[in-house]
Amino acid sequence: MSHSLLDAAILLAQILLLLAMSFSIIRMVRGPRAQDRVLALDALYVNAMILLLTIGIRSGSLLYVEAGLIIALLGFAGTVALSKFLMRGQVIE
Amino acid sequence: MSHLDALPPWAAILVAVLVLLGALLAFVGSLGLLRLKNFYKRVHAPTLGTTLGTFFMLAASITCFSVLHDRPIFYEILIGVFLTLTTPITLMLLVRAALYRDREEGSADVPQAPPHE
Amino acid sequence: MTRRWLPYPILSALLLLIWLLLNQSIAPGTILLGALLGVALAKVFGLLRPPKARVRNYPLLGLLFVRVVVDIVRSNIAVARIILRRDSRMQSGFVAIPLTLTDHYGLAVLACIITSTPGTIWVSYDSSANILLIHVLDLVDEASWIDSIKQRYERPLLEIFQ
Repeated sequence: MSHSLLDAAILLAQILLLLAMSFSIIRMVRGPRAQDRVLALDALYVNAMILLLTIGIRSGSLLYVEAGLIIALLGFAGTVALSKFLMRGQVIE
Repeated sequence: MSHLDALPPWAAILVAVLVLLGALLAFVGSLGLLRLKNFYKRVHAPTLGTTLGTFFMLAASITCFSVLHDRPIFYEILIGVFLTLTTPITLMLLVRAALYRDREEGSADVPQAPPHE
Repeated sequence: MTRRWLPYPILSALLLLIWLLLNQSIAPGTILLGALLGVALAKVFGLLRPPKARVRNYPLLGLLFVRVVVDIVRSNIAVARIILRRDSRMQSGFVAIPLTLTDHYGLAVLACIITSTPGTIWVSYDSSANILLIHVLDLVDEASWIDSIKQRYERPLLEIFQ
């Protein structure tokens, strides 16, 4: 019983996270300004990282956790570079 | 049929609840990104996913793998450490960039820069 | 001798801990490599000549941490409510807060606290006038926000760092 509950919970969580990712993508497409798009990209990264954790739980492989770690770090670097770009129009001062 | 059947019932229910809570918070955060009206309001929304949302999901992952492998596995905590260190930096930079751009355009919705700058 | 090779013992220990967690092993080789990395990276950090940090009150730091965790949970719920209720009357806006805290590490910690808490975000800090600008999602009463930030976070930070 409790195991079919767990399966259902993970499936529902993954659907919710996919919806969350699509909301971020809609915001990224709609804008209206560049900072909105960068914010949406950052949220997309975090949602993708959380989704990878649920896939990891479902498949029982710790490799997904490592992928999540890398996504979190790359997302940080990307967003910082993009914010810098918005501020001065160039990445390196 | 799957490896998750090896979990005892209490762990299965705990993991299910944690997974759902984490996903729900991330979902509400992204919904806010869509619903709120302007950039400075929207910037608050994704913090839900990066704080408690990630926390619940990490707790679920740690519980699941520790029980499955019968030893404490908690290196997922590193994701939490990196995320709590980096999120404030990205958000602050982004808000400052937005403020800079709005001030450049002379927008009336943001406070003006102090005169001596 | 210790000063020369281990200028930042806490930083080195943390780096070693992260290395061990990443490798998920406590084999002697991993510990040795991690210790070498910890010492070397702490020396590189020293080349940046960071200003000296002095924590005066460790118990208070723990208390502040617990308080911040509780606040993060509470404001998660508050912000989730705001988003789900779709309240169009909700006012948000900028709040200028005059600070007495000037220590760099204290300000950095305050920035992280304010930004990590959903519903408030650090916008800018004017170091000559010592005025902090934050943005609040659900702004009902400006004076109560100024008061709560100063009482809840700035006061303990002043005692810890200054």
